[in-house]
Amino acid sequence: MRRSFAPWANPDAKPLIRFENVTKRFGDSTAVDHLSLNIFEGEFFCLLGPSGCGKTTLMRMLAGFETPTEGTITLGDQNLAGVPPYRRPVNMMFQSYALFPHMSVEKNIAFGLKQDGMPKDQIADRVGEMLRLVQLEKLARRYPSQLSGGQRQRVALARALAKKPKVLLLDEPLGALDKKLREETQFELMDIQHDLHMTFVVVTHDQEEAMTMADRIAVMDHGRIVQVATPGEIYEQPKTRFIAEFVGDVNIIEGHVQGQENGLWRVKTSSAEVPLTIDDPDEVLHSGQAVAIAVRPEKMVIQRDPPGQGAINVLTGEVWDIGYLGDWTVYRVKLATGEILRVTRANASRFVQSPIEWDEQVYVTFAPDAAVILAE
Amino acid sequence: MNRRLSAFNVTSLVIGFAFLYLPILLLVLYSFNASRLVTVWGGFSTQWYGALFRNEALMEAAWVTLRVAFLSATLATVLGTLAALALTRYGRFPGRTLFTGMVYAPMVMPEVITGLSLLLFFVAVDFDRGFWTITLAHTTLTMCFVTVVVQSRLMTFDRSLEEAAMDLGAPPLRTFFSVTLPLIAPSIVAGFLLAFTLSMDDLVIASFNAGPGATTLPIKIYSAVRLGLSPEVNAASAILIGIVTLGVISATLLSKRSILSSRRNAH
Repeated sequence: MRRSFAPWANPDAKPLIRFENVTKRFGDSTAVDHLSLNIFEGEFFCLLGPSGCGKTTLMRMLAGFETPTEGTITLGDQNLAGVPPYRRPVNMMFQSYALFPHMSVEKNIAFGLKQDGMPKDQIADRVGEMLRLVQLEKLARRYPSQLSGGQRQRVALARALAKKPKVLLLDEPLGALDKKLREETQFELMDIQHDLHMTFVVVTHDQEEAMTMADRIAVMDHGRIVQVATPGEIYEQPKTRFIAEFVGDVNIIEGHVQGQENGLWRVKTSSAEVPLTIDDPDEVLHSGQAVAIAVRPEKMVIQRDPPGQGAINVLTGEVWDIGYLGDWTVYRVKLATGEILRVTRANASRFVQSPIEWDEQVYVTFAPDAAVILAE
Repeated sequence: MNRRLSAFNVTSLVIGFAFLYLPILLLVLYSFNASRLVTVWGGFSTQWYGALFRNEALMEAAWVTLRVAFLSATLATVLGTLAALALTRYGRFPGRTLFTGMVYAPMVMPEVITGLSLLLFFVAVDFDRGFWTITLAHTTLTMCFVTVVVQSRLMTFDRSLEEAAMDLGAPPLRTFFSVTLPLIAPSIVAGFLLAFTLSMDDLVIASFNAGPGATTLPIKIYSAVRLGLSPEVNAASAILIGIVTLGVISATLLSKRSILSSRRNAH
């Protein structure tokens, strides 16, 4: 069901949130730099980037806590310029949760509803509904200081959802939770978002979190968006070296374009004797251009026996390190040039006849379409 | 580490406390003296407390003192809290350093100067001296103490709580009254109590700005003592000491609790 959800691919679809050429400067530093972005209704959208990349500022502008220096932000048909945070149909879950310490859990959840002047019995119903949603019915009368980290996170979520906002903003929603709880909560958030048909915008620096939850990810760096795409596209077709290295592990081989043969690029590198053959037809390159070839570790094959005559993309080296992770084994292979490649192999069977050992001479190969060419 | 007190430590502690509190202790003790002679112990009696409550002039002064203390502390709390908000919230505004200096000036200004300048001011604007001039003068004196107490609480205040309230639909004023104020209330009460006690035991500024018909208890006691020590005055002083001690202790406890709770909520 979810697979078919792709309003961004439909040119007629009207985005719910539009950032148009938005810039935000704090004194001399530019937090967000001429950024344009569309987010569609019902999307689970992730803003991903290292700290200081401007993702939090972007979210705070959407919530109304910061005003853009230039550019416009629209929500539906409404231009948000000059609309204060308390009049925006947007709610936020804060990184610190920001629960009111002098109010019980139910009072916290009821706070937003009270501001709207909702009648008391309706407030009680809605609070009950929210408590059931986050499974905290038993803790309604507790105070935030009497709750665990995970419980506080749920109260913060319930409070932000109570008003049925058009958009829910989540600032590092799982940052304060431990690993196991984080994984569970990721899936819970996805279920809640799906059930409520709400638009979620999440700020995170954790690429795994973004990959798991998001419909689309915007990778940000230095106040700009480097790429907006689905998790699959971000991983398999990163646009820049920054994205390839920020999202997941990658081997980068530098070289120069030699030419094109049968639609395949030939790239001369110092790592391999024969030029490498790469199938990345969308790239527009010219001969002699400096490029980086990016290959994910799991798309490389490691073997002891030399590949047959005419084999392409062969790199030779010796095993430098082996890391056994249970499900995967990681090999670090040192090439003659001194470069170290990371190759992973799924441990599909429990016993291997003669496993590859330390210091062994090995051959690493990869298919032409396993690699991506990134223009430098 | 050896945490036990050595003989030397105990001795210094006793001497220190004796130096600070022996005179006060003596005064309280002699307020229960049966003898009219202040320096001769004539047995235990509470008669001077009785006499004190029948002494209309002293009771009148006490009543004025309480009213002045309450009113000036209230005014100082409102103004001091506003000043603390301005200092912590408006970041860098032109004249901020000057404003900070001016708010804290009465704290270090010699009381004689404060009293005298206020007197000159009231004379210049032709304001009849009495109850209101003492109240205003005390507000000037105590406001900065409220500011210090409230400001230290606001510094540790988590601003995202206010953002959360606004995000949930509360306009700024309602955010202040439903989130900010309840959370800083203990420090405001502490500031009030501090201002109250400061006003109660002030002699210098009050005597500069007092007029006919409005004499505070410290002024009354001071002038009574000039005519000779009386056990009645001892009794009045003992009560005053009691109230001030109570006020200071509650103020300290309240501000300590307020800062502790803000720290706990940060986690």
